[in-house]
Amino acid sequence: MSVIVFVEHDAGTIKKKNFEAVHYASGIAQKMGTTVTAVILGIVDNAEIEKLGAYGAQKVLHVEDSRLGELHPRAYTSALLTAIEKEGGKIIITLNDINGRAVAPRVAAKLKAGLVVGALTYPDMDKGFVIKKAVYSGKAFAYVNITSDKKVIMLMPNTFPITETTGKTVIEKLVVDFSGKDFGIKVNEVSKVTGEVSLSDASLVVSGGRGMKGRENWYLIEDLAKELGAATACSRPVSDADWRPHHEHVGQTGGTIRPDLYIAVGISGAIQHLAGVNGSKTIVVINKDPEAPFFKAANYGVVGDAMEVLPRLTEAVKKFKQHK
Amino acid sequence: MKILVCISQVPDTSTKVVLKDNSTTIENAGVSYIINPYDEWYALIRAIELKESGIASDVDLVTVGKANTEPVIRKALALGGDKAIRIDAESTDPYLTAVYIAEYAKSMDYDLILCGKESIDYNNGSVGSMLAELLDMDYIGFATEIKIEGNTAVVKREIEGGEETDSCKFPLVISCQKGVAEARIANMRGIMAARTRPLTVITPTVDDALTSILSYELPPAKAGVRLIDPADMDELVELLHAEAKVI
Ligand SMILES: Cc1cc2nc3c(=O)[nH]c(=O)nc-3n(C[C@H](O)[C@H](O)[C@H](O)COP(=O)(O)OP(=O)(O)OC[C@H]3O[C@@H](n4cnc5c(N)ncnc54)[C@H](O)[C@@H]3O)c2cc1C
Ligand SMILES: Nc1ncnc2c1ncn2[C@@H]1O[C@H](COP(=O)(O)O)[C@@H](O)[C@H]1O
Repeated sequence: MSVIVFVEHDAGTIKKKNFEAVHYASGIAQKMGTTVTAVILGIVDNAEIEKLGAYGAQKVLHVEDSRLGELHPRAYTSALLTAIEKEGGKIIITLNDINGRAVAPRVAAKLKAGLVVGALTYPDMDKGFVIKKAVYSGKAFAYVNITSDKKVIMLMPNTFPITETTGKTVIEKLVVDFSGKDFGIKVNEVSKVTGEVSLSDASLVVSGGRGMKGRENWYLIEDLAKELGAATACSRPVSDADWRPHHEHVGQTGGTIRPDLYIAVGISGAIQHLAGVNGSKTIVVINKDPEAPFFKAANYGVVGDAMEVLPRLTEAVKKFKQHK
Repeated sequence: MKILVCISQVPDTSTKVVLKDNSTTIENAGVSYIINPYDEWYALIRAIELKESGIASDVDLVTVGKANTEPVIRKALALGGDKAIRIDAESTDPYLTAVYIAEYAKSMDYDLILCGKESIDYNNGSVGSMLAELLDMDYIGFATEIKIEGNTAVVKREIEGGEETDSCKFPLVISCQKGVAEARIANMRGIMAARTRPLTVITPTVDDALTSILSYELPPAKAGVRLIDPADMDELVELLHAEAKVI
């Protein structure tokens, strides 16, 4: 009855957030006196898969099928269900990210398993199986009790610090009996923004609002982001005006991010914007208006003109890196 | 081609959350309710566009909710759509919501079921994907563009760090976000017409919830902002390093 964790990878490379999911699964398994079985799909080297051992996976089931390099929600679901059945798994962990959302709810519906999306804590088993999650886009938290026998938990990425151990893992190939329906979706074209830090994974984010005045000033945001190794984001009016691509827009109707550092430049801090970023660990606000509501949600504030402050901050980061 | 749009009712985006009954419930006195923005601005409007361009023959709306959700589903009908179905049940658990919609939809031969990326109150983003499983359909999430070519949906969707274009034959479920349609406002004619469009209430076969919310909590208040001299960005960098430990 091991805890099952779904591990994604990006063209053969396992990312930090996926190690975090394994680490989380391992924490639950320890509480329950059982082990962790990870499930990984597609083409990945054994050397890469073996890294999962250090985060607590005793066993990895590898479905080595090249078609799984693309997201096929039904095929992924079939693979997970096969693994769950094989292992007698009752607790299934995925991340709360794009692929997780395409797969975990399907698995939950199939198994009639209660689902928690965006878990922020380990389950409290004294009161049942109670997990904390954000609701109302971070304006509140709910303690959700899963009452069914089988349980699916989608962990919020970047919630738990992870540490490597000396643990080792055993890799087993898993053969899944896919049906034609499993590959009903055809992927025609993939376009990835390369060379930049992806927003959902970024631990540092520099974001601009209408106060940046126009797309011609965005180099100021980009320069700082580059110096920090940060991703860039924006407020909704900015993407509505096409100053920035829409996938950069964060907030109630855009992406939700929880970086370690969110630097908001020329953003007023409307409640709909805060909804997407209020899980950030540290918030810096740069705004020329001392009354801007964002300052109330900030850890550090700079009252000043973005056009002057940004180059100075970029320079300061550069200097800091040289002396470190 | 028949489309079903899933509409959920949510508190207005500017709602301040107030807890009551020993933090076991969220106060709803004084809260105004709206159509979930993703459902309205993207899923519903795209369905209406497809009808206006002659591609869709029927656009039906469905909501799982008690009688107090009727004003919101009426408002959705005022934007467009042929008829609305209210499934008379509390929607407390995403699984139950999906089961109830699936029960209604399974004999209706919808080609396309559109829902929003997530409801802005419980932020689960899971009803659409569950519904697809229960109806044995394909599912494409986080769509930013939906085109119809014959019996196939051609969908752009968000992936990590980019975009992908997929195609999939009907029937399927798609969850919609920004990009799928251009926002519009209900006009007076639509509002008048909506009054005569049917709203049917159906009672679901009751199933068990798989989760329940025991209590709520508000986020701790921020300690207060520390202001930094705009001329001294070295200090900010130093604080981010030594105090906040984020760089
Ligand atoms: C249902 C709904 C959903 C929404 N969803 C979202 C969402 O997901 N994300 C989102 O961002 N918004 C969303 N909004 C919009 C939101 O309410 C705000 O209108 C929006 O966030 C404002 O963007 P902004 O802060 O960039 O612009 P503004 O509100 O115009 O603020 C600009 C700020 O820049 C400052 N400024 C100006 N010049 C300078 C300068 N030279 N240097 C420094 N600072 C300067 C100003 O003082 C001001 O504070 C939503 C609204 C609704 C109704
Ligand atoms: N009570 C409901 N009635 C109808 N559709 C719903 C309901 N709740 C959620 N949905 C649909 O499912 C989507 C995702 O919701 P959720 O999984 O609750 O975040 C929403 O955008 C709606 O389209």
